Amino acid sequence: MMDDLRDLYQEVILDHGKSPRNFRHPEDCNRMAEGDNPLCGDQLTVYLKMDRGGLVEDVAFEGRGCAISMASASMMTEMVQGRNEADARALFEKFHKLVTGDDADVNGDDDEDLDKLIVLSGVREFPMRVKCATLAWHTMTAAMDGEETVTTE
Amino acid sequence: MSAAVATPLASNAALDVARVREDFPILTREVYNKPLIYLDSAASAQKPRVVIDAESRVYEEEYANVHRGVHYLSQVATDKFEATRKRIQIFLNAADENEIVFVRGGTEGVNLVAQSWGRANLREGDEILISELEHHANIVPWHLLAAERGLVVRGIPIHDDGQIDMEAYKGLLNERTRMVALTQMSNALGIITPAAEMIALAHDAGAKVMMDGCQAVSHSAVDVQALDCDFYVFSGHKIYGPTGIGALYGKAELLEAMPPWQGGGEMIARVSLEKSTFKGVPHRFEAGTPAIAQTIALKSALDYVTDLGLDRIAEHEAMLLNYATERLMAMGGITIYGTNASKASIVSFTMDGVHPHDIGTIVDRDGVAVRVGHHCAQPVMQRYDIAATVRASFAVYNTLEEVDALVASLQGVKEMFA
Repeated sequence: MMDDLRDLYQEVILDHGKSPRNFRHPEDCNRMAEGDNPLCGDQLTVYLKMDRGGLVEDVAFEGRGCAISMASASMMTEMVQGRNEADARALFEKFHKLVTGDDADVNGDDDEDLDKLIVLSGVREFPMRVKCATLAWHTMTAAMDGEETVTTE
Repeated sequence: MSAAVATPLASNAALDVARVREDFPILTREVYNKPLIYLDSAASAQKPRVVIDAESRVYEEEYANVHRGVHYLSQVATDKFEATRKRIQIFLNAADENEIVFVRGGTEGVNLVAQSWGRANLREGDEILISELEHHANIVPWHLLAAERGLVVRGIPIHDDGQIDMEAYKGLLNERTRMVALTQMSNALGIITPAAEMIALAHDAGAKVMMDGCQAVSHSAVDVQALDCDFYVFSGHKIYGPTGIGALYGKAELLEAMPPWQGGGEMIARVSLEKSTFKGVPHRFEAGTPAIAQTIALKSALDYVTDLGLDRIAEHEAMLLNYATERLMAMGGITIYGTNASKASIVSFTMDGVHPHDIGTIVDRDGVAVRVGHHCAQPVMQRYDIAATVRASFAVYNTLEEVDALVASLQGVKEMFA
């Protein structure tokens, strides 16, 4: 097995991919959006429960996709819960840079969650898979924006 | 029989795949320091040296615009260009070379028929039947027309084994049915449809048939007169030819009654500022400067497969398909889609617990190129309630060892996700 494949499919990712966290439809959600990856036909829905102040009280998702997209969605739900909207968006921005390689040096960042997301940085070596890693995040921001569907195209 | 004895031995012998592989320069390259194992010919086939040489020879020795110059090279290019039309007529066994229209590929061919024949002939409430096996190229052009004209689009279902449900098809045909969009061979599953029977039924109902031959042409000899299809399209790049060129066959009486669909140079008889009149068939449908070098090189591709023998190619690919099917089934945890016996050259499958995209990425690093996704045939995926499959497709240059390499690589995927 080649090293960059091992970097991409780390144990943490395989685990989240197989047993995604917060894989459910919360009945009390007040924002939702659907995300499509037309390239592979994958679809997922992100549900948010946000209070008036923009705090994410609950976040969950449903859908199907590859290990990368499921793991990224699963980890996102763990990290975004309890953040306010601006904070969640800022995390996505940093994560986006992490997986596209625009700003590989994230070690100086004081966000512990970003450190955890480094397991997904292996996707940088697989440009065609970046959309898989970012689909859930794009969908989350679409839900925050009040859009109903988002596509990675 | 003496005739059989007199036949050269080579024409009866099985395909010499090692010899064939030497014809394809790209097969000697490596990816990630591993030999390239190209199992994605259904998306686009690799090119033999004769095609590559033919295309470059055009630019080195034969190039000028076609159908407009009086100078020497223009005549050379035009003759070569038109020789491909004649070659396609023979290849498809069309009655007349003027029944062959050059298009960019299968997609453009279907769009031409939908926009020209469809707009001239279809009215609100008319029905179009589209098989569940169709590639988006034989679906979306009809959707565009249906939205514009208020047509009714109905799907022809398939059985669980991927074959057309003929009883359902017969039930769908009625006096409002005007067009049946049908693939000869499914790009997603490899299923070969009972085209001739379906065409006869369509004609009994008064409907025309738009056949998508993009997959079928490189795996078996096509005879459009025996099929009796009204329209037939294929793309050059899937039959070892260049990209950007394909052909639309249409019955002469249909083409002659069809209006132009794109206007421009090369398709006119006379133009004034007030009005245009148009050339006859097929040039009426060929506006603008065509893909000249690619068209000329397409003839070399058709000569190449004809010289090898489509029956021998089909036999070789059937051997690969059978072997791959056996080995995949033996792995366990693999589901093959499209299990009807009438199929060719494509095995489409999923692996329990692993998404096709992950499989595609991982086997790629072993040098194995497969297609993963919905294969531009989302209705097929919806039929089986899956988002995607892994598709391995076999061509004249693939080997049993390459099937082994695919299976070994899949074994690695299985272990990784175990």
